[in-house]
Amino acid sequence: MVNKAASIARLTSVSHRYGSVIALDDVSIDIPAGCMVGLIGPDGVGKSTLLGLIAGVRKLQTGHVLVFGGDMGRRGHRNEVCTRIAYMPQGLGRNLYPTLSVRENVDFFGRLFGQSASERTWRIDDLLHSTGLHPFADRPAAKLSGGMKQKLSLCCALIHDPDLLILDEPTTGVDPLSRRQFWELIDRIRARRSTMSVITATAYMEEASGFDHLIAMDDGQVLATGTAAELKTKTSRESLEEAFIALLPEDKRSGHTIVKLPPRRRHDGVLAIEADGLTKRFGDFTAVDRVTVKIERGEIFGFLGSNGCGKTTTMKMLTGLLPPSEGTAKLFGIIVDANDMETRRRVGYMSQSFSLYGELSVRQNLDLHANLFDIPRAEAPSRVREMIERFDLGDVADELPEKLPLGVRQRLQLAVAVIHEPEMLILDEPTSGVDPIARDKFWRLLIELSRNDGVTIFISTHFVNEAERCDRISLMHAGKILAMDVPDALRQARGADTLEDAFIGYLEDAANADASITPDTTPQARASRSGIEAVTSSGRLFDPRRMWAFTRREAMELMRDPIRIMFAFLGPIILAIAMANGISFDVEKLDYAVLDQDQSQESQGFLENFSGSRYFNLKLPITTPAELNRRLQNGELRFALIVPPNFGRDLLAGRTTDVGVWLDGAITFQAETSRGYVQGVIANYLAEFSRRETGREPVAQLAEIETRFRYNQAFLSVYAISPGVLMLLIYMFSAMLTALGVVREKELGSIINLYAAPASKLEFLVGKQLPYIAIAMVSFVSLVILIVVFFQVPITGSLAALMVGAVLFATAATALGLVISSFVSTQLAAIFGSAIIVMIPTLNFSGMLYPVSTLEGSGWIIGHLFPALYFQKITSGVFNKGLGFSSLYQNYLWLALFCVVFWAMATLLLKKQEK
Amino acid sequence: MRRRLKNVFRLGVKELNSLRRDPVLVFLIAFTFTFAVYTVATGVQTELRNASIAVVDEDRSELSRQIRAAFLQPYFQTPVLLDLDEIDAAMDASRYAFVIDIPPGFQADILGARQPRLQVNVDATAMTLAGNGAAYIQTIISGQLTEFLNRSDLQYIQPVTVTMRTMFNPNLDSSWFMSVMQIVSNITMLSLILSGAAVIRERERGTIEHLLVMPVTPGEIMLAKIWANGLAILLAVIVSLYVVVQGILAVRISGSIALFVFGAALFLYAMTALGIVLSTFAKSMPQFALLAIPFFVVMNMLSGGTSPLGGMPKSLQIIMQAAPSTHFTSFAQAVLFRGAGIEIVWPQMVAMVAIGTLLFLLAMMRFRATMSSAH
Repeated sequence: MVNKAASIARLTSVSHRYGSVIALDDVSIDIPAGCMVGLIGPDGVGKSTLLGLIAGVRKLQTGHVLVFGGDMGRRGHRNEVCTRIAYMPQGLGRNLYPTLSVRENVDFFGRLFGQSASERTWRIDDLLHSTGLHPFADRPAAKLSGGMKQKLSLCCALIHDPDLLILDEPTTGVDPLSRRQFWELIDRIRARRSTMSVITATAYMEEASGFDHLIAMDDGQVLATGTAAELKTKTSRESLEEAFIALLPEDKRSGHTIVKLPPRRRHDGVLAIEADGLTKRFGDFTAVDRVTVKIERGEIFGFLGSNGCGKTTTMKMLTGLLPPSEGTAKLFGIIVDANDMETRRRVGYMSQSFSLYGELSVRQNLDLHANLFDIPRAEAPSRVREMIERFDLGDVADELPEKLPLGVRQRLQLAVAVIHEPEMLILDEPTSGVDPIARDKFWRLLIELSRNDGVTIFISTHFVNEAERCDRISLMHAGKILAMDVPDALRQARGADTLEDAFIGYLEDAANADASITPDTTPQARASRSGIEAVTSSGRLFDPRRMWAFTRREAMELMRDPIRIMFAFLGPIILAIAMANGISFDVEKLDYAVLDQDQSQESQGFLENFSGSRYFNLKLPITTPAELNRRLQNGELRFALIVPPNFGRDLLAGRTTDVGVWLDGAITFQAETSRGYVQGVIANYLAEFSRRETGREPVAQLAEIETRFRYNQAFLSVYAISPGVLMLLIYMFSAMLTALGVVREKELGSIINLYAAPASKLEFLVGKQLPYIAIAMVSFVSLVILIVVFFQVPITGSLAALMVGAVLFATAATALGLVISSFVSTQLAAIFGSAIIVMIPTLNFSGMLYPVSTLEGSGWIIGHLFPALYFQKITSGVFNKGLGFSSLYQNYLWLALFCVVFWAMATLLLKKQEK
Repeated sequence: MRRRLKNVFRLGVKELNSLRRDPVLVFLIAFTFTFAVYTVATGVQTELRNASIAVVDEDRSELSRQIRAAFLQPYFQTPVLLDLDEIDAAMDASRYAFVIDIPPGFQADILGARQPRLQVNVDATAMTLAGNGAAYIQTIISGQLTEFLNRSDLQYIQPVTVTMRTMFNPNLDSSWFMSVMQIVSNITMLSLILSGAAVIRERERGTIEHLLVMPVTPGEIMLAKIWANGLAILLAVIVSLYVVVQGILAVRISGSIALFVFGAALFLYAMTALGIVLSTFAKSMPQFALLAIPFFVVMNMLSGGTSPLGGMPKSLQIIMQAAPSTHFTSFAQAVLFRGAGIEIVWPQMVAMVAIGTLLFLLAMMRFRATMSSAH
């Protein structure tokens, strides 16, 4: 079966570094075709990097990678061969879409590879049957167990009949039964497609023993290649695990001995852990069902079970993270209480997923925890040093955990969990993805802690050899404990040869009892059809079908998030109501007060002109100049009038008298308004006075100055503001929602599908954009109805012109969101960036509040650099000015130009490979 | 207690470290408090300045020329001469905010006391400019008529004159107002997003769960987020006030900057608490974004910084009293422009603390509740 002659991939002096860390160091290697190749080695030795380079999802730094005989450094070749490669990244279900169902996930990948509906249907049926996922076809991926997620990932990878299947630690974190099923599945698939090459990285040596060809790696270099037997002979060891350790350089190997569990001394006193009938329900789903365990001090208690069987939930209840629905949990004889700080200090907890701060360095993470656990200042540095040493973190102490491989991160989490020397450790799958040497080291530490210091250890694991090292183990399935005893007793009870077989036996019994995962092993009749329909349309620059695949998926994800949909629709409406009512420049009832130093009939007559006006609102009189100051200062008054003493006498005597007006200049706009109105009132008074006293027309009456408020005769804010509000809301919601689109995939990991798929960046971007444009248009229509019907602002121009403008604008706004999204690396920065980029130029420079024709300098330029200004002209033109296409066409052209420019920018900024 | 304070301190330092590691975020904060404040302050004119104006001079007389020449910079751009039939198109395209139409025979009619009609067309979609501008134009034209007639030996005595003085901002330079209001609106937006998103991020990555099993209370975690994010923003505010507002824009700040910074700290307390409350209602970052948008948009637009509070319906004014930003806006105006001391602005400060504390308590209640529902 092994065809040594042909090689599927050839690497020549390939090096790769992340910052100062060297992941691959001048690696040259041939990977044989048509067989099962295993990549083994500790974590952080460059396995994932190597696989990423072969798959073409990682950017090549130095050296050459030939896959299928072509250079993977060339984009053209990558595009050509990516339909022949399937890549399954590390991490449980990282490339899946959690809200999509099993079938929808696979269907999406089928669409990405341009398969027709009928082809997808039989392929999906075939894959789901052969993986045993068929009964769960409609279950969302998020609700699958780890093993099922990996099977689903595999289905997604196999949908396009790849010639090369690349699996990066596919069984890490998966229970023994699922693991066995997974490899059986791979074997069946290979039996059907004998030409397919498989390259797998794995941390499980027992799995690797079954592979055709092994590549042992360490420290970015290849240690040895060959079959398992060859490696064993070469090192004259009996197991692959030992052989691998023997292959390591002397300094790494030193001190490695086989882990032995010395007998436990009995500790008297209270039980360390005592759970009684512990139950947890989420809705109608019972995650943990009446679990009762008693664990003594110093005991190492192993917790085994398939993913999703309730192990993690049990542990969370023990730590107080989750309150139990029923039953009690006691630690050290005290009922677990979320607010009990003392108990927390006695417990170290390590959660399943990486839960340290990715943005803090390894050392900073350790420092932080030393501090939080209140390790005295004098001791803390030495503790941190000790941890770094003990867990072999010296080389990476100043690196960010985000950049470190899984295994190293797990070591860091362990270090953090024990830094405060707890009396009890609750460890949720601490060794998932950790290499054998590090695991042994870790176990020696655990045993030391247990035997010497009497630390109680409650640990969940998938490794059977780890389970064998526990004092007692319990096997959990579907929330219930199936069996609990000393490991050897369990094995004997089942009459099994190994503990692993015993486990699988228990699990199969339980699984059969509730008839869940039973893989359909009968070969599918249609299986022979696989490979008939060649993958089409891969080479096209822009394939609408692939774009549609992205659109469909994004739309489905949106529809599955009712809260997001509801807010996307209701948010703009609520805001529009608030803003149209709230933003008002209609001035009425300006608060003012009077310091009347005359108190004469004349002064009162003069002042009546103010108090009688609807624009002013008279407050209590002012008595002293100091009071005037104070009341202006505290913002009570917009202006104050000072009528001088002898006002009346001077007026009657025909002497000019001077009235003082103090304006509050803090709010400039209001001060301007106040000034205008005060002048108006005084002009009226003078006119009146003049007519009464002299019979002569005052100057202002010489000509009639007619002010025509065009487009808004009533001069009401709601008319002027509504079109702007419509523009702002469409803009903001579209841009922000879309901005999260790409970066969210970057953060959650599913962006890898873009890297591995034959889709172009533009297909991806436009595909993601379409659902958001649709949302924007629904919002737009509802807002227009709101404005016309409820605010009673009529559309005076062409509705069609408004609609066309809205489509263009929504496209430009969402495209701007894509630009932001492609540029930033976190969702936080995306929200932030889009809020700033949308709000500041729009509120100030788009003409929404302040007319564009008065803008100067940078404000003018910024205003014209964003699409808001052009759509503002359209909305205000159509609503207020009665305009149509002919007067507005320039704005359409500008908006269209924005779309093109933003698409180009987003395409340039988006990367199609990892660094 | 000492322990608690220490925890709050350490967690806060962690928060600052996280912030430091996100260069995009740091850049955005720096950008909004410097460049954005500057551009908005210099770009936007709420007072009549640089207004675009055109004149249709059908009279072509000495008087009409005199009127045209009276529209001076910086209040108006140099008036552009239009033909009568160009008015509609020009105004439709928003090229001019004002178009004055001086009819034929205007000067002759004035001299003949026949009360000719002069038309001022105002683009009333520009609410911030239209009203004030129209009043200005009236005054200017009246002034020109008076001057013209004075020369024509028509005498007229004003019985009452008015002396207008403007307190706090004598030239009504709107860059003063705009710069400070931009800072207020930046604080509103950043504090809400930073604190809330920090919680969501920890939850999405599972780090918050990790914290909750350590000897750290939810209250400590929240206080840490509040002080750290608050401090980062506060620093940006101080730099912005000294360098951009006082330095580059040369705004005369009459009040005590120390008092303002203290008030800003209270405001940040309330806003970051609000951010955390919102974050407990959102399951993911997109949900949080959607939830946060209405809050910061409403607070930016309806707190009295963009349009006057007095212009809003009474009911809305009452609702807005619940928003800390309303109190902070009037606090900021009073302290920075009117030079108000603590004896005047204490009610606003009390209100911010009270609202902040209510929000903080609500956040505490929700915090652990949402943790346990997270599956």
